[in-house]
Amino acid sequence: MSYLEIDHVTKLFPAAEGGGEVCVFRDVNFKIEQGEFVTMVGHSGCGKSTLLNIIAGLERASGGGVVLEGREIRRPGMDRMVVFQNFSLMPWMTVFDNIRLAVRAAHPDWHRTNVDRFVQRYVDMVGLTGAERKRPAALSGGMRQRVGLARAFSTEPKVLLLDEPFAQIDALTRGVIQDELVRMWTASRSTVFMVTHDVDEAIVLSDRVALMTSGPEARLAELVDVKLPRPRSRAALIDEPEYLRLRTHILRFLVHGARSGPGEEPRGLPEDARETTRLGDPTAPLTSAASQA
Amino acid sequence: MRRDRLRVIAVSALLGLAALLVWQAFAGGQPAGRGVPGPLAVAATAGHMLANPFYNNGPNDKGIGLQLAASLARLGVGWTVASVVAIMGGVALGLSPTLYRAVNPYVQVLKPVSPLAWMPLFLYTIKDSSQSAILVIFMSSLWPTLANTAFGVATIRRDYLNVAAILQLSWWRRLVTVILPAAAPAIVAGLRISIGSAWVAIVAAEMLIGGTGIGYFVWNEWNNLALTSVIFAILAIGLIGVLLDAGLSRLSRRLAYTE
Repeated sequence: MSYLEIDHVTKLFPAAEGGGEVCVFRDVNFKIEQGEFVTMVGHSGCGKSTLLNIIAGLERASGGGVVLEGREIRRPGMDRMVVFQNFSLMPWMTVFDNIRLAVRAAHPDWHRTNVDRFVQRYVDMVGLTGAERKRPAALSGGMRQRVGLARAFSTEPKVLLLDEPFAQIDALTRGVIQDELVRMWTASRSTVFMVTHDVDEAIVLSDRVALMTSGPEARLAELVDVKLPRPRSRAALIDEPEYLRLRTHILRFLVHGARSGPGEEPRGLPEDARETTRLGDPTAPLTSAASQA
Repeated sequence: MRRDRLRVIAVSALLGLAALLVWQAFAGGQPAGRGVPGPLAVAATAGHMLANPFYNNGPNDKGIGLQLAASLARLGVGWTVASVVAIMGGVALGLSPTLYRAVNPYVQVLKPVSPLAWMPLFLYTIKDSSQSAILVIFMSSLWPTLANTAFGVATIRRDYLNVAAILQLSWWRRLVTVILPAAAPAIVAGLRISIGSAWVAIVAAEMLIGGTGIGYFVWNEWNNLALTSVIFAILAIGLIGVLLDAGLSRLSRRLAYTE
């Protein structure tokens, strides 16, 4: 049994017009091992952020389910922390208080001085020493996401979910914060699932890259192993043939292969089959049953 | 910026002075003892009243300070209780779209009712004029805070609630650390409108109940045909209104945040 199982997950949304439902992605099925860093890459609309929200427990799957350590995920929990694209820091709280909110939630029985010392450790870890009393609005995008990472890591979650965490950060700062992320991930040995548009980012950071076809009716097309030795340095990777091979492979997929055209697989299911899926596909493995396996 | 400010102050002072001159000229042209008193007469009365604002010579003869204090006490009780009720109700309405839409028609019907229309009902049921006045203040302070709180809570960004859900905050911590601070700017805007309309309503309420308060004072001075006192009371009411609003404006600046 794997650590984190994405078990035949399907997501349907109510259609914008004319009733009925639109399938964002169908039957996404893969497993993540403990301590692994897996990134999902795909075009906008393939539902990768939706899948991340399902793992977080913020949204429910329409079919299938997600199993963490043998338990099906039904609601949000402290074992899975999310780092959001738009940072989602509380704007009325200082940097310190934002992280403190998470630490207190993780350790309700801790004494105040203990909590504060712990918070300070994470403030220092992401290089925000001196900015503790600032509010998020006074910080740059890069610094805000440092707070976001510190908040997530400070609860020592089992799984870290990163939803395009570097998309709103300028290119120069991005690399620095990515390195910080790798350092914190290495130290914490938590399991990471990230979603991104950025192919280089996916290769530099990940152990495996999951490629999604375009939505609607997106599918998981391929899981690419990234067999580059760690620690990885950006400078050294530029000349690494394996890096270039992976990069070309993924880019080619995104340019040509992401559209599931004719000749590949039939695009979606016939109309009547779609109806059954909405009510729960009887042929798909039931997550509760799968979790017992 | 500084020059602009100076210009505004100069224009404002000139307009005020001009208004006073016109008023004085108008009042001076009338036969003595009749017509509207001029600013000089009002100033004389004001000086007299402010020299000893807290004297108490029985029910019909109290200093203006005592009368204002009585009104402010009623306002404080009525507005505070109404604000607590309105914020609690508003949070409930803001968190539940169903409840919001179910309750909204009743609120819409009750909101335009003048708080004074409730007065006979209060007098009949609780048989105490002073408490009835407080309830009038309560009614006048309720709706703006209720509506603003419900709006503020309903429009809290989903992200903040998601973070609260992931951190599995208890409902109390969620309320205190996320919901109320996030909605605070809208809530304080409601509190400001409420205290303004409550201060407007209290003068009329006190005219009706009699006894104490600045509204009663105005009515009593009218019965004495002491128009200088009436005019001074109008100015005092306006000034207190400005101070009340300024206090909440400071609170609003403290609770404001930029996303």
